[in-house]
Amino acid sequence: MYNKNNILFFYAIVYFAFLYLPVMLLPVFSFNDAIHMVFPLKGFTLKWYDQMIHSSRLHRALMNSVKVGVIASIFSTFIALLAAKAFTKYKVKLRQLSYGAILLPFVIPEIIIAVSLIVLWTGMGLQLGLVPVTISHILFCTPFCMLVLISRMEGFDRNLEEAAMDLGENAWGTFWRVTFPLALPAIVASLLLSFVISFDEFILAFFLSSQDQTLPLYMWGQLRFPKKLPHVLALGAVIIVATSIIVMLAYWLRNLGSPSDKKSNIGGI
Amino acid sequence: MSDKEFIKIKNVSKNFEDVVAVDNINVDIARGEFFSLLGPSGCGKTTLLRILAGFEYPSSGSVFIDNLDVTDITPNLRPTNMVFQNYAIFPHINVKRNIEFGLRKEKLSKDELDERVQNALKMVQLEGYEDRFSNQLSGGQRQRIALARALVKQPKVLLLDEPLGALDKKLREEMQLELRNLQRSVGITFIFVTHDQEEAMTMSDRVAVMNKGKILQISPPRDLYDNPKNLFVGDFIGQINFLDTQIVKIEGNIAKVLINKLGEHELVTNNNNLSQNESIVCAIRPETIIISKTNEKISDICIKGVIANTSFYGNMTYIYVKIEGLSKPIMVSTSDVHDGLSHNSDCYLNIHLKDIRIIQKN
Repeated sequence: MYNKNNILFFYAIVYFAFLYLPVMLLPVFSFNDAIHMVFPLKGFTLKWYDQMIHSSRLHRALMNSVKVGVIASIFSTFIALLAAKAFTKYKVKLRQLSYGAILLPFVIPEIIIAVSLIVLWTGMGLQLGLVPVTISHILFCTPFCMLVLISRMEGFDRNLEEAAMDLGENAWGTFWRVTFPLALPAIVASLLLSFVISFDEFILAFFLSSQDQTLPLYMWGQLRFPKKLPHVLALGAVIIVATSIIVMLAYWLRNLGSPSDKKSNIGGI
Repeated sequence: MSDKEFIKIKNVSKNFEDVVAVDNINVDIARGEFFSLLGPSGCGKTTLLRILAGFEYPSSGSVFIDNLDVTDITPNLRPTNMVFQNYAIFPHINVKRNIEFGLRKEKLSKDELDERVQNALKMVQLEGYEDRFSNQLSGGQRQRIALARALVKQPKVLLLDEPLGALDKKLREEMQLELRNLQRSVGITFIFVTHDQEEAMTMSDRVAVMNKGKILQISPPRDLYDNPKNLFVGDFIGQINFLDTQIVKIEGNIAKVLINKLGEHELVTNNNNLSQNESIVCAIRPETIIISKTNEKISDICIKGVIANTSFYGNMTYIYVKIEGLSKPIMVSTSDVHDGLSHNSDCYLNIHLKDIRIIQKN
């Protein structure tokens, strides 16, 4: 038994190394005083971060990404909230079928969505840019939001809403005093999650953005110039830290004050 | 309408698609009564309660509370409050805010509000629990908070949907007693839904036994036990023996009956729907039968049998006695088991005619 445990422990170490070592190289080289990503490290520097902060094209790309991310996360969470409410509260006709239909974008390859959207959008004679990117991100994020919200709302006790009505609240009061506060952690989690998904989405943005670059596109563009590589690494390191914080926050919020005693991990992030 | 018709359920039916959950029910419930709806799961008792609360709209019929037709009134405007089966304590707010949840519309001052909450907590003996959250309470405490939250609204009717179902046996028995005392002291009409006959019997002024959407009998507990009006009620409440019987003759309130293997006897009945040659059932409670080792006739009927089985319940023992010619053994209960009454031994059963009830089959 002892031996077997040792092997499993070793396996776990290898597994985590496999998962995180490549990613960890980014921050390491972002502090390295050299243009090329090769060992041995040359010396500590913050100049790549300085370069990153002073790049105006990067700022524009960042702002584009934030704009797209905020709008996409709000819309997809709103759409998913209504759908999740319907699925958990009412007997939806053809439940399995419509559930599958809503979650389908999940499994359709992104590139297929991208191609069909670009055909549709240009076919309608519309200009490519951030608008179609945002729309495609709403489409792409909604299933994720659905999973987060449905898993929360399935544990939602319908009696709570009935109890509120029984105690004198009308539908509006019941929503604001009971439904909304109970769903709030999941709503916030859904917002954060969809923002992160939109923020680092590449394929849809690549096809639909035209001149307005989002951050991932900017980074991809910079990789062609070896001199620009280090400050992309610095940017990458910052994004890793920021996204991890947001995702952890989302996960923590989703389970916060969960109505059931057992924290649900089904349909997780 | 008088206090006897404080709540009036009139021709109420409820269909869910093609399933009839509640089938043309008529009941009057008196002011201050502890009224129970008793029946197996799926009998429509909870649906009927939800119709009273306003969560279900009846397919037909109407509901009156205190002379007011509430059929079209939404739950938030009805003079009823409900204690839910799982208590439905709001998990995101503490006990105090749970209890004052329903008082928002009453526009009370802070002192009045605090006083009402304190009184409610005192009533359910949970003073000092104001700041707790639902997940910091035991099942019994949640149940009390749900009760306090409903009663603080001072409703005309309190509806209880199997509120003791989730508690363990000891606590349940304690709460039965407490609930009954509480109901007496506040004087509010309680309508209590349960599938547990013991619960219904120990607490209620009257019990309505339901099955398949219909009310089969409404009686005080004692009467329900002593004079079941039909097979289902007799069988559902306590233990009972049914014997196939034929009516030979009817003279006034005396029915001459031929009970299978027990012979021809004259029984007193106040049922005037009986007819000659009708095939009926005679019901005998197991505790009314006297079992003995010796063949002595100390009552109207004495019959020989063989003990097929015994089961011990602490305060009493059930003895199953096989009678030749009867397919089912007769069940006898006694607190006094002598040595002779063992498996496969002969015994004699004495039955008084006054303990035999006539039940029509229909």
